[in-house]
Parts: sequence; C-alpha cells; structure tokens
Amino acid sequence: MGFASFLGRRAVHSVFVLLGLSILIFIIARIMPGDPARMAVGARAPQWVVDNLREQMHLNDPLYVQYVYWLRDAMRGDFGISLVTRRPVADDIREFFPATLELALFAGIINGAGGIILGAVSAWQKDKWVDNVVRIVSYLGVVTPSFVFAILFLLLFGMALDWMPTMGRLSADISKPPLITGLLTVDSLLAGDFRAFFDALWHLILPGVALALGGMSQEARITRSTMSDNLTKDYIAAERSLGIPGSVIMRSFLLKPSLIPTVSILGLDFAATLGNAFLVELIFVWPGLSRYGINAMLRKDLNAISAVILVLGVVFIITNIAVDIVVARLDPRIQLGAGRSE
Amino acid sequence: MENDRLLDIRDLHVVFDVFGGTLKVLDGVDFTVRSGEKVGLVGETGCGKTTTMKAVLRVLPMPPARVTGGEILFKGRDILQMTSRELGQVRGEGMAMIFQDPTAALNPVFTIGKQLEAAVKYSASGDKRLSGKEIRQRAVEALKEVALPDPERLLKNYPFQLSGGMRQRVCIAMAVAGDRELIIADEPGTSLDVSIQDQILRLLRRLAEEINTSVILITHTLGVVREIADRVYVMYAGNMVEMAPTKELFSRPLHPYTVGLMAAVPKLTGGGIADGIPGRIPDYLNPPVGCRFHPRCERAMPVCRTDKPRFVKVSEDHEVACFLYSQEEEGT
Repeated sequence: MGFASFLGRRAVHSVFVLLGLSILIFIIARIMPGDPARMAVGARAPQWVVDNLREQMHLNDPLYVQYVYWLRDAMRGDFGISLVTRRPVADDIREFFPATLELALFAGIINGAGGIILGAVSAWQKDKWVDNVVRIVSYLGVVTPSFVFAILFLLLFGMALDWMPTMGRLSADISKPPLITGLLTVDSLLAGDFRAFFDALWHLILPGVALALGGMSQEARITRSTMSDNLTKDYIAAERSLGIPGSVIMRSFLLKPSLIPTVSILGLDFAATLGNAFLVELIFVWPGLSRYGINAMLRKDLNAISAVILVLGVVFIITNIAVDIVVARLDPRIQLGAGRSE
Repeated sequence: MENDRLLDIRDLHVVFDVFGGTLKVLDGVDFTVRSGEKVGLVGETGCGKTTTMKAVLRVLPMPPARVTGGEILFKGRDILQMTSRELGQVRGEGMAMIFQDPTAALNPVFTIGKQLEAAVKYSASGDKRLSGKEIRQRAVEALKEVALPDPERLLKNYPFQLSGGMRQRVCIAMAVAGDRELIIADEPGTSLDVSIQDQILRLLRRLAEEINTSVILITHTLGVVREIADRVYVMYAGNMVEMAPTKELFSRPLHPYTVGLMAAVPKLTGGGIADGIPGRIPDYLNPPVGCRFHPRCERAMPVCRTDKPRFVKVSEDHEVACFLYSQEEEGT
C-alpha cells in the first residue's frame, strides 16, 4: 500500500475519532455538576445576569442542540469565550499550546535519545557494573513522579546553586522573537537571534529534564530488555560467526530490530506529557496548555476544557500516525495500514 | 599429521548454569578436522552437536554457558584464549556456520543484500579495502553459486519475502561467500519440507565437491553423512563415542550406540519400522557416572558404571570410546 493512501485513510479515520471524542467531551463537560453561568459571573451576581448568560450560552436548549452549536463554532476555530480569562479560548490555546508543545518536544528528545543510549549501553554491558547502575537508576526514575524531580531541580540548580533560571520561557531582558511557530527556540533561530535561542533553551532544560526522566527510564528499560533478548537470537550469532565486529553488529544489525517497542512507548509518552505536565509547569511558572487545562477544569470553564481536550486528542492522533510510520520503517514486515504479512 | 589439523578440539567441557543446578553438557569432547576434509558429526537431538560447534565459534550465550575445560585450537591457536579482535579475524577469515533454522538465522529487518555484503566484507577474501562494487559483485556471485535466480533483485529483498528453501540457500551463500577455510553446516534443511531438504543437501554435496574448504556437517541423519563426509564422528550425551572413515563406520560400527543408530535406520528391504535404541538422552543435571551410555547399553559391564572410557585406536583412523574394545586391546 502506498504512503499517500495510508495517510489518506488515517486522516479519514481521524475525523471519526475526533467526532467521537468531541461528543464525549461535550457531554462530560455538560453533565458536570454546577451551573457554568453562575460560576462565570460569581456568587454575588444577581439572578437575571445568570439567566441572561444561560440564554446567551444556549444552556437552556436540549443537549444535542447545544452540541450542534458548539461543533459549528468549533469548526470555525471558535471555542467561545473562556469563562476565566474572559478571552476567546482559541487565543488562549494559541498562546499556551506552543509553550507546552516546545517543552514536550524537548522532553521527548531527551527521553528518546537518553533512553535508547542508556538501554543500548546497558544491554551491551549486560550484568556488568554499568548495566547494574543503569538498571537501579532507571528503576528510581520510573517510580519517581516528575514533579519531585522538578522540585529537586528547582531547589538545587535554581536556588542553592543558582545556575539555572526557574521561571518562564525567556529572561526578562531578552525580547521575544517574532511569532512564527510559537516555539521560542525555533522562532529565535528563524529570526537569527542566537541570544534568544540559547536563553530559551536554557529555560527549557530544568522543566524538560524533569518531565523526561520518568519516560527516559522506562525507555531505557524497554530498550535494554528488547536488545538483550535479540542478542540471543540466531541471526546475531550468525553475524558474529561471520566475523562482523561486535560494535558493527550493535550499531548496524541489532539496534534497528530492537527499537520498535521503544518507539511505540516514546510516542505515547510524548503525547501524554502535553496533558500531564501541569505540576511541572506550575513549579517552573511555565505558561503552558497543561496548566491552563487544569485551571479550566478546577474552575469549570467548559469552553476551555473542551478545546484543550480536543487539542490533546489531535496531538495523540498525529503522534500515533507518526509512530506507525516510524515502526513501518524499522520493520519491513509491517505494512503501513495492514497487519503483518508473512 | 599434527600440522594439517585445521581444527583441533581437545577435552572440551561446557556446562550451563540453570535454575536448580549445573547442566554438564559437554564432557570432554575430542574432535579434529584436517584442511580440506569433510567431517560428519552425528548423534541424537540434544547430544551436544550444536553446542560443540557454537563453542568453536564462541557464540554460545554466556551466561548461562561456561567453558570449564579443554582447548579449541584453530590452526594451532586456542580460540578460547583469543581477544575479541583476534576472534573477529579468525571468524572472518577462518570459518562460517550455516545455522539450523534459516528463518531465525537471517536478520528480519535488513535486506539480503546488506547481510550478504557484510558477510563478504568481513571475510578473508574481502580484506577491508574491497570497494562497494566489488563486494556487491561477490554477493551476486555467491547467490549464483547456490543456484538462486535473479540475484540482483534478490539482494533488495527482505528475508520474509523469500521461501524457506530460498532463505536456506541465502544462508549457505553467506557462508561460502568469503572463501572461508571451514564451513560448519548445522543440520541444514531440517526445518524445511522433505523435497526442499533434498535439494539443499544436493546443493551442499555439490559445493563440498567443488570447493576444497573443510566442512563439518552436523546431522542426525546417517544417510546424509554417507553421501558427503570423508570421516564421521558419533556423539552421545556430550561425548564423542566413535570416529572412523565413513565407509569403515558403516561397514564395521563398533560402539553399541553407533550399532543402535545404524539399526534404527528404516530399511527398504526389512519388514516394519526399526526398533531404535530404548531409553532417552540422559539428564544433564545428574548424568550417569562412568560411560554416559551405560543405562541404555545392552552390553554394559560393571566397569562402565564406574569409569569413563577414553578413545582407543582399534585400527588406523578408527577410534572408539568403549570398554568392550579397550579390554580387548589390553588383552593382546
């Protein structure tokens, strides 16, 4: 099957998935207890203000009518006004999503690169001291929540040593690069502003690493176990017996067949980070979507909740497609869009 | 005589550490191959044939495997003492193994071309200065050698796109590609259906005649050995029990185990199915003391339960590890 038709089919599937997701989040948001109009205007506002707002938000109409209104607007990119920030939700998303995306991408790179390297070294040095150290440390990494790392980093590198910035995405004395992608590192590079680039990167390190360590440990463990499993395969013995040097086997023949589970988990980790980063974002005062989404949930900001979940849904879908493409490139037996063929 | 020994295994002991104890698998294996010679190695499944050869190539998984004694001399140098660099050189220049299951022996995610070219690149004839084009040329030649059609296209295929028989031929091509001095063929074709297996064996026989490489043919089928090998070793439960030139072994088998193996071959003329040897390969956790075959041996004597028989010459080039014959010799 061709690559284009694969993408086409996945796009059609995705539309249905998103439609289903939108119905689900719409219903969940509407059946949550409490009156969103009352929460928006505050406890002391007179009743007629609440009633007017209810009418304005179509809250008195049947659920399916409300959904159609909502979907129509959502298609136009209009998710309504955030009841908390009093701004269009779309503007909020445009502002906060790139911040979290940049953080999650940075964490994902550390996660993948670190996890694969550690796992490979560990598998190669199986049962030697390096392997034991990696195994113990990665065990700790898996069981420690990311906010614990975030707090430790903040206290150690931010406060005690005072090496690293602890707040926001950019230092106060650096001007923001012109908005293109919303990712400050990318935008500053596009603008040729290296000072801003390194400053943005510098700000990414602590929260990014804090977010990456858990997944990285998991990736290291998965890579190690797949690789050491594959090391006992006949084809590796055959390659060794032909006199191919161990390092060449490792790089050229063992890594590729061993990366499939790692890549699958890495994709899920990356997508999940976008939603789960709120504590780390809170600790590092990161103006991100994850924090925005949690705030919206706590304040019952329906429009914002729906939009955030929908955005995260899109990220999951795109990530899954990307993972499928990478996996198909790693293993030729897996055909895009089809099952295994023997 | 000593000098023309390409491979000389002396008193090799290999154990496997497993949960609950130590499997004493190879218990003093002696085995030699002269240059240019085709040697057969026969024995029941599980008697240590593959383990011995994997030890020669040093591809036994360690742990759980452990070499506890003996030496493996390849052209006079002990493989067990080599550094990984020396080992790589010896493997590349010296030997190749054709594994039992061609599907498992080919890396599933790389093309035939990439794997075959690596086999050429690190072999003796492929000293590292071969150009990419020359390597490719030799890969194509190797595929022609094993009678595979359309080699150019085949190089771009992945193993899963080939049939079992073709995969086996590719494995053989990888082994013969680099003009190596010793090729170890481990029951080639056993995982394939009988007609394909037959083709593979005919191919091997043709290659064995054409090239003057030494060949070790591991099998549990005596007929195959008869067609290809100059000399045969019979192995039982981690010991060599008999060694003789092929003709001699078939006309005058001495060790009770060899005799049993011969009797187990179904004959076209005989009535019904052959009896086989009663009993099974012993438990390697607690192998029998003395001769490991004695619990299954009809002619076992008291000495077989206490002492381990050593190889004794019964004639030029015919050796057997059995007290039946050593006592005979002592008597004369």
